[in-house]
Amino acid sequence: MRTDDLSSIILTLVTFMPLAGGLLLMLLPRRDRDIRIFALVVSLLTFVLSLHLPVYFHRARAGFQYEIDRQWVSTPNIHYHMGVDGISLWLVLLTTFLTPLCVLISWKSIHERVKEFFILLLILETALIGVFTSLDLFLFYFFWEATLIPMALLIGIFGHERKVYAAIKFFMYTMIGSVFMLAAILWLYAHTGSFDFVTIRDRIASGAVPKFPAAAQLLFLGFFLAFAVKVPLFPFHTWLPDAHVEAPTAGSVLLAAVLLKMGTYGMLRFNLGLFPEQSRQNAWWVMTLALIGIIYGALVAMVQPNMKKLIAYSSVSHLGFVVLGIFSFTQAGLNGALFVMLAHGISTGALFMLAGILHERRHTYEISEFGGLASPMPVYAASYLVIVLASAGLPLLNGFIGEFLVLSGAFQAKAVYGILGATGIIWSAVYLLWMYQRVFYGKVTHPVNNSVSDLSGFEKMAIWPCAAAALVMGVAPILWLGAIDPAVRAALRPFAQVVSKLVGQ
Amino acid sequence: MIAGTSMAGMMIATFAPAFSPTLPLGADYVRILPEIVLSGFGMIVMLLEPLLDEATGQKPLGRIALVGTLAGLAATWFMAQAPGLAFWNMVQVDKFSVFLHVLVIAIAAVVILSSYEYMAVQRIRAGEYYALILFGVVGMGLMSSAIELVLIFIALEISSISSYVLAGFRRHEAASAESSLKYFLLGSFATAFFLYGVALMFGATGSTNIGQISGTLQASAVPLLAYVAVAFLFVGLGFKVAAAPFHVWTPDVYEGAPAPIVGFMSTAPKAAAFAVLLRIVFVINLHAVFWVIWVSAALSMTLGNVGALVQNNVKRLLAYSSIAHAGYLLVAFAAAPQLGTSAAMFYTAAYAAMNLGAFAIVSHFSNAGERYVTLEDYEGLGRSSPLLAATLTIFLLSLIGIPMTGGFFAKFYVFSAAVNANLIWLTIIGVVNSGVGAYYYLRIIVMMYMREARKEVPVTPIPGALSVALAVCVAATLYLGIFPGSVLEYAQDSAQQLVRRALPKTPASAPVSTVSSTL
Repeated sequence: MRTDDLSSIILTLVTFMPLAGGLLLMLLPRRDRDIRIFALVVSLLTFVLSLHLPVYFHRARAGFQYEIDRQWVSTPNIHYHMGVDGISLWLVLLTTFLTPLCVLISWKSIHERVKEFFILLLILETALIGVFTSLDLFLFYFFWEATLIPMALLIGIFGHERKVYAAIKFFMYTMIGSVFMLAAILWLYAHTGSFDFVTIRDRIASGAVPKFPAAAQLLFLGFFLAFAVKVPLFPFHTWLPDAHVEAPTAGSVLLAAVLLKMGTYGMLRFNLGLFPEQSRQNAWWVMTLALIGIIYGALVAMVQPNMKKLIAYSSVSHLGFVVLGIFSFTQAGLNGALFVMLAHGISTGALFMLAGILHERRHTYEISEFGGLASPMPVYAASYLVIVLASAGLPLLNGFIGEFLVLSGAFQAKAVYGILGATGIIWSAVYLLWMYQRVFYGKVTHPVNNSVSDLSGFEKMAIWPCAAAALVMGVAPILWLGAIDPAVRAALRPFAQVVSKLVGQ
Repeated sequence: MIAGTSMAGMMIATFAPAFSPTLPLGADYVRILPEIVLSGFGMIVMLLEPLLDEATGQKPLGRIALVGTLAGLAATWFMAQAPGLAFWNMVQVDKFSVFLHVLVIAIAAVVILSSYEYMAVQRIRAGEYYALILFGVVGMGLMSSAIELVLIFIALEISSISSYVLAGFRRHEAASAESSLKYFLLGSFATAFFLYGVALMFGATGSTNIGQISGTLQASAVPLLAYVAVAFLFVGLGFKVAAAPFHVWTPDVYEGAPAPIVGFMSTAPKAAAFAVLLRIVFVINLHAVFWVIWVSAALSMTLGNVGALVQNNVKRLLAYSSIAHAGYLLVAFAAAPQLGTSAAMFYTAAYAAMNLGAFAIVSHFSNAGERYVTLEDYEGLGRSSPLLAATLTIFLLSLIGIPMTGGFFAKFYVFSAAVNANLIWLTIIGVVNSGVGAYYYLRIIVMMYMREARKEVPVTPIPGALSVALAVCVAATLYLGIFPGSVLEYAQDSAQQLVRRALPKTPASAPVSTVSSTL
């Protein structure tokens, strides 16, 4: 097949490959080993296919590529419209990169209802990719809601003690948040006759939507609420620690690395894309909430006795950076926000894998149960260190680049935002390194920890790609930013107009 | 009620001479062919019942009834070929009535299929069970094609009386007798309201033909009597569709009635009553009706969902859920005629598919004497019978309104119609409700998948007939969720016909502007 042909259907292939695999998996007999291998093959194949996207991506070009646009339902006018730009491209890749690792990390830890687990995981992957590739608002909402069920089931069936509570809380928070988005989408359809993102954006920009000025603020809030719950932005964050602590490792990984990014991606694509003026007007309180999230998340993380909860609150803090960067409306801030999204995906994903590995051996996440683990588990300790440093923002690793860019963007927007945000980096070093010290250094305080085994082959295969990615992203961020930059520039174009309009008044 | 029917007879007698005295044409009979066929099969079942052995005769009777519904579907095809008026403007065959005929007859077929096993397990031996289902469908079919208020009333009574009897078929259970009696008493009260409304409407406009009423009301100032009449009509129909504040009977009746019949009652008569309501609401286009429906929709959604949150009996839970769904449907009625009609039609179809499926599983699982109907009984079902649990999960997800299922598009179209009519607040009440409503459906899923069974609940293998019924429901739910286009387009076509006829002079956009100006 020629590459041109492939390019026109590649997004469909990448999106639905895992779903097809999941459906096939339903037909396979319950032989756990075969099921694991099959799931791994499907997810790896998806990853390989998704590599087509960056390889043939025209980096200098803004706008959507690999587009496919077919009518799905004629009235209402719903299209199967997919495409990626420099923003969504990397999020798709992040998803396809992490899913095989999730399969690997669950190889040994899931031994009951193996078939259901991998079916749900693969269905979840399709829904996640679909969220990032949809350019039709209806299709977007469709995939957005579709992520809920597999994730809630993963938490509720395969989780720990309070799994049911966590699953329902996760489901209800997200569900109630997103119905407001549905109402906003319906309003937009009623007044433009289209669900197409590009069409609606252009109509709004040219002022051709009747009654828009009166409704714009509510529409902005409708979208924003759905995304803020997902991010989660302070004060909507309380579902996150519960969901993370109770979720199985693979669930936590995808939850932190990809599901949360759906929220920030949504803000960037839809809030900024469709409502630039309202974004501008609301930026002050959004940024304030983001700052509260950064600092509050970090402080709460610091005092957590539970490793997984600590990582969960660190996500609240890191995602605060992303929102801060997005609502700074600067080139650097947005570039940085996207980079933090990717870096946080890799490093926090890896942190959850590492925490899961420990839980498998000791059946606890309590930090006080550990101590001096560096001597029985040297390889584990070294890998953990790399990831912790990446997450804390050490230069040459991936966390640094994004946070630096975000802060420089925040400074450009308003110095005080930058100053307050910068404290977040200090806090993150404090809680992560302190945790590392308590778990790995010193003498072995609990004798049972002496006999804990080091990383197994499967675990190495899951962790090391993350560590390598963290390093490459830290050394050569241009590989990613090259595609991100033009897309962000295009996303910011309406803001230049908003400014000139404001000045003109 | 006896007084009611004789009154109706008198009314017909008073204005019958106004119509042409010629005999009905052959085409007239084609236009009620499904009703004729179904009544015929119902009578065959009744006649054969005493001749067959009580223990072994149930199966053949059920099969005859099933063949009857299939023949009814075939007859609907012939009916669809002959659109137009019949029997002196009393019956109208259009796409709208064809759609509802197909829907209610298909519902009856699925209910009959899922009753075979239920009847055997519950040791209910009565052929009239199947006959009553068929007669009920005759009434419902007629409700959807009648455009004459008196005929609508008669059809409503045919459908209601068979439902009353069917609700009491678990004769040995006190709950079933209670259910039947409660349904009967409150139901007759509600139909009396309806009849009173018909009489007042006759007094206000001098006609019981919907088209003529519409013409009279549009031509001159609307008399106060017409408002009262519409209010009475709404009370009667609101009871039938279990819309708040006329919903109080629902949980008790659903709890006591046989489970397959609950599936039937919550879908087919409701669809028919909604059809009547659609004709009345859009034809008698009074502004006051809009607010009545607005309030009723908001109340139904809220009370239904809040009530369902605390239920432990699955049948009661689904009863409250059906109140909430009636509320979502009423949202469509408050919206613009054309979009609202098609959204409501799609909703009845999707709701029928998912709710029938859910009740089929509930009735299979409940076992002899309907012993296992509490939430706790569903614990660990995901492990003990994964296929049954997965099927029920599909129906529940559809009831929540998750993508890929018919329930999603149903809600989507309804709210879309509401936003189009600028009913922002009603939409927000609706979407928040559908978010809250997710909780109690989720509870069943949680029980099945995330809890271990604490007690032994025997699950018998699914018999052939039931699996066919379930397969039909699953296929319909998924089909409506993935390829909603064809059904929706048909609904839109029929809505266009209906509305164009109903509002001959006003352009389609006029009601929208009147609605939006009040908000």
